[in-house]
Amino acid sequence: MSHTIVTTDTPVEAPLIPRGPMHTLSILVNNQPGVLMRICQVFSRRGFNIDSLVVSEGRNANFSRMTIGVSGDPEGLSQIIMQVGKLIDVIHCFEHTSENSVTKEMILIKLRCSPEERSMALQINEHFNGKTVDLTPTSMIVMLNGDSPKIDAAVSMFSQFNIIETVRTGKVVMARGEQPT
Amino acid sequence: MSNQQLDGAQALIKTLDELGIEYIFGYSGGAAIPIFDALETVKTRMKFILVRHEQGAVHMADGYARATGRPAAVLVTSGPGAGNTVTGLMTAMMDSVPMLVICGQTVTWMLGKDAFQEADIFGITIPVVKHNYLVKDTNALPRIAREAYHIATTGRPGPVLIDVPKNISQGPFTGDLDAGFDLPGYHPETAMQIDEAATKQAADLISKSKRPVILVGQGCMISRADKELLALAEKLNAPVTSTLLGKGVFPETHPLSLGMLGMHGTAYANKAMVECDLLLNIGSRFDDRIIGQPAKFCKDAPVIHIDIDPAEMGKMIVPDVQIVGDARAAINAILPLVGKLDTTEWLWKLDSYKKKYPLGYKKQGGLRMQQVIDELYQLTEGRAIISTDVGQHQMWAAQFYKNDKSYHWLSSGGAGTMGFGFPAAIGAQLACPDSLVISISGDGGFQMTLFELATAALHKLPIKIVVLNNHYLGMVRQWQELFYEDRTSGVDLVGNPDFCKLAEAYGIPSVYIKRPADVTRMLRKALDYNDGPILIHAECVKTDNVFPMIPAGAALEDMIIEAPKHRMAKPVGST
Repeated sequence: MSHTIVTTDTPVEAPLIPRGPMHTLSILVNNQPGVLMRICQVFSRRGFNIDSLVVSEGRNANFSRMTIGVSGDPEGLSQIIMQVGKLIDVIHCFEHTSENSVTKEMILIKLRCSPEERSMALQINEHFNGKTVDLTPTSMIVMLNGDSPKIDAAVSMFSQFNIIETVRTGKVVMARGEQPT
Repeated sequence: MSNQQLDGAQALIKTLDELGIEYIFGYSGGAAIPIFDALETVKTRMKFILVRHEQGAVHMADGYARATGRPAAVLVTSGPGAGNTVTGLMTAMMDSVPMLVICGQTVTWMLGKDAFQEADIFGITIPVVKHNYLVKDTNALPRIAREAYHIATTGRPGPVLIDVPKNISQGPFTGDLDAGFDLPGYHPETAMQIDEAATKQAADLISKSKRPVILVGQGCMISRADKELLALAEKLNAPVTSTLLGKGVFPETHPLSLGMLGMHGTAYANKAMVECDLLLNIGSRFDDRIIGQPAKFCKDAPVIHIDIDPAEMGKMIVPDVQIVGDARAAINAILPLVGKLDTTEWLWKLDSYKKKYPLGYKKQGGLRMQQVIDELYQLTEGRAIISTDVGQHQMWAAQFYKNDKSYHWLSSGGAGTMGFGFPAAIGAQLACPDSLVISISGDGGFQMTLFELATAALHKLPIKIVVLNNHYLGMVRQWQELFYEDRTSGVDLVGNPDFCKLAEAYGIPSVYIKRPADVTRMLRKALDYNDGPILIHAECVKTDNVFPMIPAGAALEDMIIEAPKHRMAKPVGST
């Protein structure tokens, strides 16, 4: 019996559906079951696609923090922000721009990499301040973090090797200065 | 009874009683047995009404709330029982109606394992409730019930569902019956803080206006702003039009009233919207049924929008001034800042429209629904609580049964739920035993929930059940006639029962009206009977149409006042 391994990691062109500008929302929620479902439903009902989503417990374990990257028309999005904001389990929902916040994400890249190619791969990784977190005679996993354009650039550089797969965390955002996120 | 002896179900029932819930409408089933048992073992003031289908229970609780402003509870079992509440929840959610729905559920360790009568009702209902709970801790039941009541009744009201697994309701209760809320993200009290700067801006716009219109919605009713609204309209000398759900918050017999606006509103209300130089919207969400084409709506007039729900701001119409908050508080803030406006010419013009385009109907060529409703209005002097279903009769009832008081008009507006009217009337009659309650349905909608005839008969509720029978789904047939070259499809209700015989089977007397000349006499007979429900079966003209009409998505100025002589294009707006 043979298995075909389906890889979803083959690079493809950008989606055909026009997606509109990217936005980053930070949502502080009551740490209750179902809260993610409530929020996702607001987006899907209005036909917005969530591009990235990071959820983790807050410093106070009663609350969770979500960072949602979403694309779509700004008018519809401001509606969604208000509709999310009025959910009972949502403490607040703010939109952040690149000017007033810092945005970071992390990526793991698994390369098929022969001993001959290795030093070149490590050089690129060093340039992007990445780390090697797994190394075998034929492969390596590198870990990088930064803002999304930097990650994109790193992926593009590593593409000269055989990328087996990549896993991105999705972006997290924090408001600059003393402003709450 | 000390707390130690209570189980979860008993703690829940005790809490509902303490919250002041008067009625529980419901239907039993396996997963709900512990809660039904608590109805027997806990002494409460609450009354339980056994319905014939869970949808009936939810609409009854809805009718109860629309007639009083207070929530009732619904108690059903898991799976199909809970599933049957979905349409009723959606109806209540769309129209901001408070209610508590409690569902039995399978035991927690069987959740997600396809247990008998298990449904993920928490997940299913998220889009159709204001909030919902799946209870995992017996001791949390009283807090959750209190939170649910608080959420349902404050801010913009809405239905709240509590899903209670059987081991949770059966488990021993060792907690605090008076536990406080845990709602860090919910602050309805902020609705009372009205933005001063926005109020000032609004007052300035109002003061400059010569052709103002006040548009009132149900939000105005929910905040109990009737008196303040009347004071504002009379102080400004400004005309008032209401949405379908706002009917009654401003007396429709008042000279400043323009009646209902929108798709089947009065011609003069819609003309006022087109020609006004200022629109003051108090508690309406600018439903697509009233704005027609958003881009053309009130395009030359500044718009002031008062709404308790910030998410309504700019959803349909971007206002020039927005006041987020309670309608009554907002009116009170505006009142001292404004004075009498010079609206003589404007009111004179609107009066001429009232004379030129009055609502009317023919008394020849068979019995018309409008006549039955109009005569009901005359005979009852407009004091009845009217519960309608959805369709042509609903629009005619809105046009011809004028309401002078809040909480006297029960109609599914946003959801347009057929089958709503009759069970809602049962809820209203239980809520207001001394009021005259009239249920007006078409033959289509009535047959969707007619099984509640048993409930009405059992409790001897003196509801006047009017069935206006045209043997058609008339509103759809009207669209097919006007926009689809009269190709009727799926609207002919051939096979209708004899509604009088049907009533008789439930032990309910009836009257039958076919001739226009008999209407007064037969209605009088029905109105005089108060020993229980009575059904009024009116055999009406089959192919009448409701006018005025603004085709969906058309601008208000494109209103059709009478039957068009030419073929019309298909409407572009929502349904």
